[in-house]
Amino acid sequence: MSEVIDRPLREDDKPAATRLRIVDCDVHPSLRSTDDLSEFLPKRWQQHLKEYGSHLRTPYLFTTPYPRSSPLIARRDAWPPTGGPPGSDLAFMQKQHLDPLDVEFGILQVLDLFIFSQQNLEFGAAIQRAINDWQLAFWSHRDPRLKASILVGQDGVDLAIAEIERCAKIGEYVQINVSPRANEPLGRRRYWPIYERAQELGLPLGIHVGGYGGHAPTGGGWPSYYVEEHQSNAHTIAAQLASLVIEGVPERFPKLKFVFIEGGFGWIPSAVWRMDQHFERFRSEVPHLKRKPSEYVREHFWFTTQPIDEPDEARHLRSLIEWVGIDRLLFSSDYPHWDFDDPRFAFKTPLTDAERKKIFSTNARAVYKF
Amino acid sequence: MARHIVASTSEIPRGGNKVVDVAGRDIVVFHVNGEFFALLNRCPHEGAPLEKAACVARLTSPEPGIYQRSRVGEMLRCPWHGWEFDMRNGQSWFDPKRVKIRSYPVAVERGEELQKGPYVAETFPVHVEDSYVIVEV
Ligand code: FES
Repeated sequence: MSEVIDRPLREDDKPAATRLRIVDCDVHPSLRSTDDLSEFLPKRWQQHLKEYGSHLRTPYLFTTPYPRSSPLIARRDAWPPTGGPPGSDLAFMQKQHLDPLDVEFGILQVLDLFIFSQQNLEFGAAIQRAINDWQLAFWSHRDPRLKASILVGQDGVDLAIAEIERCAKIGEYVQINVSPRANEPLGRRRYWPIYERAQELGLPLGIHVGGYGGHAPTGGGWPSYYVEEHQSNAHTIAAQLASLVIEGVPERFPKLKFVFIEGGFGWIPSAVWRMDQHFERFRSEVPHLKRKPSEYVREHFWFTTQPIDEPDEARHLRSLIEWVGIDRLLFSSDYPHWDFDDPRFAFKTPLTDAERKKIFSTNARAVYKF
Repeated sequence: MARHIVASTSEIPRGGNKVVDVAGRDIVVFHVNGEFFALLNRCPHEGAPLEKAACVARLTSPEPGIYQRSRVGEMLRCPWHGWEFDMRNGQSWFDPKRVKIRSYPVAVERGEELQKGPYVAETFPVHVEDSYVIVEV
């Protein structure tokens, strides 16, 4: 007979004061409505938002990005009792997520208003500015566990730099977020001024999957189904990893750190093996690379864990974790989205206490310096 | 196994559910088309609360482009990752042998009958004219 998984709650499944406090690198706050931004968005852009809304590059007419799998891609139990969309009520987020899971720090990742996909760069920059201020006023200042990111649209490089300077002066942000679906691959030279500034400021670059670019998310074109598209998150950021490494970004900016968020990590070994193998053969094409791609990956890139891969055999997950590196992984829950990972059950393979500590806390604390 | 009176039938509307604590267990009782089902209130995957699950139909497709719905309301779709379970026995749709929610036998009995039996002692007030949902744990 095969084993039936109908696990009752064990004593150590319950969060307790003695258990590891975690750093959650992917928490999604939401606007209750765009009115939340009224104090941060100049009148001219409020008007624009009302009259024109988003101008995106999605190819299909009437393809709204939501619902995907469930309304607002959210857990069904994450709708605040007070109304508003999931992730929009701090008290409820505290009660449902931060307190019971013993989250010591949560890093905010805002996706509202298709923030990285706006084609009107001025409008995009105005929204990014407003959202950056809103993250502090509505979240970090009300709950110091929550850490904000500087969101910028890298296609308007000068606008992005101006926003980075403005936020860096405030000094409360823990990373700079750029889009994984910009006009060009992330390694291209046009984006380097952002990387240069990030290195000088000592801020990691966060790249959260998703968004709507004008390019198909797979090399084969546009997927028909959401399940197919969800799969493509991994291809998209694998391509971005290759672009950054092979264009020489880590070679050029030796102190820069990248955090790939919500891309999972199962795809990494094969992507890196292949890069190394090709590098051996085609070295002369990329003489600006002084070391093997895998070495750059191991020093400059971190990966958040969700959505975690669930192979049939736990030991396969174990080898993946070992190969990618216990030091490279940062726990993330993706709260309140439907593919949320519960830190108590997501890793269906044994981890030692020391390993847990790294993945759930100290790796992130070292990358983000808190 | 002991029998526990957990609700009067009118307390759980069609399509609704009630969470009860029976012998220290968090159990959720669903009402589907006049039938009641009791399951552990916890998804075997990552532990989501099943009281927030959607009661959906079984959707099958013999070939691309053809879709069939059956057993409307009898499948449970987990509120987190959407794994689907059969409410009748807790079996998961994608891996029925390995993954299941613990389910409990349920009966509906008239208050009249219950008052005759040993169940009057339960703290739940039982009225002769009502019907009650009984879960066996
Ligand atoms: S917790 Fe139910 S499907 Fe994942």
